[in-house]
Amino acid sequence: MKDFSAITVFVLLVGSIPFFTESGVVLNFVMMALFACLLAQAWNILGGFGGQFSFGHALFFGTGAYVQVMAQVHLGCNPWIALLLAIGMSAMVGLCVGALSFRYGLKGSYFALVTLAFAEVFRIVALSVAFTGAGVGLMLPLRESFSNMQFASRAGYVWLVLGLVTLALCTTAWLRHSRFGAYLQAVRDNEDAARAIGVDPFMVKLWATVISGALMGSGGAFYVQVFQYIDPGLAFGPHTSVEALVGAIVGGMGTLWGPVVGALTLHVLADVTRNLFGQLPGINMVVYGAVLVLIVMFMPSGISGIRFHLFKQPSKTPSIGKEQV
Amino acid sequence: MFDLSILFASVLNGITTGAVYALIALGLTLIYGVLHIINFAHGASLMVALYGVYFLREKIGIDPYLALTIVVPAMFAFGYVLQRGIINRASHGKDENILLVTLGISIVLENLALLFFKSDTRNIETAYTLTTVNIGTAMIALPKLVAFIGALVVSAILLVVMRFTFLGRAIRAVAKEKHGARLMGIDVDHVYAMCFGIGSACLGAAACFLLPAYYVNPMVGSGFVLVAFTIVVLGGMGSFVGAFLGGLLIGVVESIGGLYLGESLGQVGIFIIFIAVLLFRPQGLFGGRT
Amino acid sequence: MTSRRQFIGQSAAAASAMAFPLVGGAQPKTVKVGVLHPVTGALAYSGQQCREGVMMAIEDINKLGGIKSLGGAKIEALLGDAQSTPQAGAAEVEKMNEAGVSAIVGAFASAICLATTQAAAKYNLPHVVDVGVADQIVERGLKNTFRFGPGYKKCAEVAVANLHVLNTAAGKPARSVMIIHEESLFGTGTANLLARELPGYGYDVKEIVKHANPTRDFNNIVLRMKQVNPDIVIPANYYNEYALLVRTMQQQKVSPKAIYSVLGGAASSYKFVKEFPDAANGIIDCNHWFNPRDKRSLDLKKRVEAKNLFFSYEVFMAYTAMRLLADAIERAKSTDRAAIIDALNKSTFSDHIMPYGTTQFVNGQNMGAQPLMTQVVKGDIKVIIPRDYREVEPIFPLNA
Repeated sequence: MKDFSAITVFVLLVGSIPFFTESGVVLNFVMMALFACLLAQAWNILGGFGGQFSFGHALFFGTGAYVQVMAQVHLGCNPWIALLLAIGMSAMVGLCVGALSFRYGLKGSYFALVTLAFAEVFRIVALSVAFTGAGVGLMLPLRESFSNMQFASRAGYVWLVLGLVTLALCTTAWLRHSRFGAYLQAVRDNEDAARAIGVDPFMVKLWATVISGALMGSGGAFYVQVFQYIDPGLAFGPHTSVEALVGAIVGGMGTLWGPVVGALTLHVLADVTRNLFGQLPGINMVVYGAVLVLIVMFMPSGISGIRFHLFKQPSKTPSIGKEQV
Repeated sequence: MFDLSILFASVLNGITTGAVYALIALGLTLIYGVLHIINFAHGASLMVALYGVYFLREKIGIDPYLALTIVVPAMFAFGYVLQRGIINRASHGKDENILLVTLGISIVLENLALLFFKSDTRNIETAYTLTTVNIGTAMIALPKLVAFIGALVVSAILLVVMRFTFLGRAIRAVAKEKHGARLMGIDVDHVYAMCFGIGSACLGAAACFLLPAYYVNPMVGSGFVLVAFTIVVLGGMGSFVGAFLGGLLIGVVESIGGLYLGESLGQVGIFIIFIAVLLFRPQGLFGGRT
Repeated sequence: MTSRRQFIGQSAAAASAMAFPLVGGAQPKTVKVGVLHPVTGALAYSGQQCREGVMMAIEDINKLGGIKSLGGAKIEALLGDAQSTPQAGAAEVEKMNEAGVSAIVGAFASAICLATTQAAAKYNLPHVVDVGVADQIVERGLKNTFRFGPGYKKCAEVAVANLHVLNTAAGKPARSVMIIHEESLFGTGTANLLARELPGYGYDVKEIVKHANPTRDFNNIVLRMKQVNPDIVIPANYYNEYALLVRTMQQQKVSPKAIYSVLGGAASSYKFVKEFPDAANGIIDCNHWFNPRDKRSLDLKKRVEAKNLFFSYEVFMAYTAMRLLADAIERAKSTDRAAIIDALNKSTFSDHIMPYGTTQFVNGQNMGAQPLMTQVVKGDIKVIIPRDYREVEPIFPLNA
């Protein structure tokens, strides 16, 4: 299948980068870019394919991060097992939040706001509860070894996150070609019509939330392994939620490569602008914000949307977003 | 657990703090109720207005309450141009793009402020900043009391505009049925921009009442955004009465929650309400349509 | 700010060649030092103050002839923006490493320092922590991390011990305590320590109140204060919240026997004292402070104020951190990282404006580091404890 061969090529190309360079800057950049891709892809599953925009995806990210740390620090778990636990817990949280929201028929901006509220609640609770370290946060003790998922060189982390990104890519590709994926997109495009032909929107959206949450959680667990410190603000703060949705939307929602392209573009943009005019702090972010607005202005279907326009392929892109008709 | 007098003072405090929240939410509910835009730039716009009030006071010596006459129209113009010139143009009508555009705008505004005004927190000192008024056993800060009255007045004005003016009718028409309104000859783009302008003007008023009791720095807006959204949802999107009462309610909840659970955990109360309203009564307390 | 303009002029040319705005231009031999702070985002103010401190130190060092043991090589600063997040900080460290810096000074905030010191450790890159009070920073066993100033454990211990001294000297008028702290790392950590130590000295910690950053209104907390009626109020938070709290207390006419801050955000801040002299009067703080007996401190203060900046702790902490580093480079006689780490380890730097005496590093922490107790008296901030640095007699309790 075309998708899977493209994914294989991508993985081989990116995975070989650590063999060509030992530059810490490049490896760190690749690692953080892939990390951004992972977040965007996770969001894309629920937002792009499912049409449910979440503003609080940090909820899953933070859950994954905290479980990863707590399992190791409080339970003495091996980090690889902890990763599975983190993914599992994030999926559970997705299940609960999804069930609650969809059971009460929340859609559109209401759904977006409720996810935001949940993320905030988790943040505030994490701040107040002792076993999450409260305001002090939690630290992972430093011990570099493969079995401890801490690598001396960034290369190890690059491959780790690449693995997670591959998982996300394969999941997205599966969505594009499977029946479940078709149901999900049908629900996105017109929930009532989908229900009329026998699709259960509740279950479909719920599962999408679970999958999306699980992937996001893996991102959180990864973050903590790299930076070895987490606190409620880093875990559940709006910064991560925004990063996830921005990458997906800018790149093109509901596509396989959109989130990857979008996340990469924004990451490059942030990196390039960070030290522009270093003497005058603030200008860099002004440029970043302005470019964001411009990208939206000139590429309303996202960056990958432009590609399709350029090559005039029979539109494989499912209709993106809800136009006001 | 607490003295009745402490509870009483806490409730009053909540009401006056809530009044300022209400002012901020009034603008947002109009923008959200009519344009269906989740305006990420609302906090940054408040920050712009606060700086306006600050500089009018520091450089020209105009009292914040007098500054209302300057800041409100200025913010109106600011909002109108922002919507018509940038947001409308850039987003091509798509919801998710509007989101990104307002996000981009908020980043630009915050960092322009950082660039020009530096990161220091600034305060103004007026003759009445520390004055308190005795209501029963409670001592309420005068600026906050004035803010309460201000919120009442602004809500009333908005209600009058919506109900009795042509613009108000046009806005309600557009909110209900955009294409029908267009067919009736209403310039929808203009109405959208007017709404955004009025919403921003409300922020201007909010800034004039807020600064004497608070402070300004480039990041100050972000602290109010979530609370404002909660109030908009609680009160019912598009309802001014809802935004006003919702603001007061949230203020009181925050206050009492803070008293019993601690300021940190007490914030949870706001969001629990938020979630509960979204789940069980999404149209809010006063919202008509779903 | 002529120094900034010089930098811009020179860096414009070099910017195209390098990822960093270079400062100092191309000179025969320079020592590259990474200067990493959160100059944008939520922590912009503090980050910028820190950067200012480091740049002034570099200016002074270069004016005095640079690193003499390296033939008068000038120090060249590579500026980095940590954007108030650990990720950005770590990414900047990678860039600085590749640009060939010999050491890094930064990154103000504890959470960011945790990430930057770790990233630097991979390359055995010496990292001098300028502020970062979390004790975890120096407790991870990283060989490249050096903190010149005290951590919050030390500050809390000193604060409690001195409170006892003051109280005892005044005849023990104070017994009940209310702690008000901000909810993140430094506030919670400090409060936990205080809550543990105070009872041992016979104090009754009646209430511990945690609040968010930002907190929009302190009326509730002040109401609780009215009810609890503590003898001593101990705030541990950042500038904005501290200022709001104290002003609200003034407004509600709540005046405890002492406002005794530990790492209080505005307590020993010239900015606060200037803007709210009445509210600030009499506040005691246990915080980073310079040696008031050293004339150079006052000279530096004047220079900073001439630039229209406040002489805040970020400035002098970062300034001295850079001087410490320069001294180590001088003694290492080389730009080699391992040599500098070795020199830092053996450092006995004492020619500085902080009240730390002779430097001695154990596991990356300068053992001589200590906070000082200050009190706001007649619109100025004066040191009250320890006696060696005392400028005025402490006023305890306040006759409010």
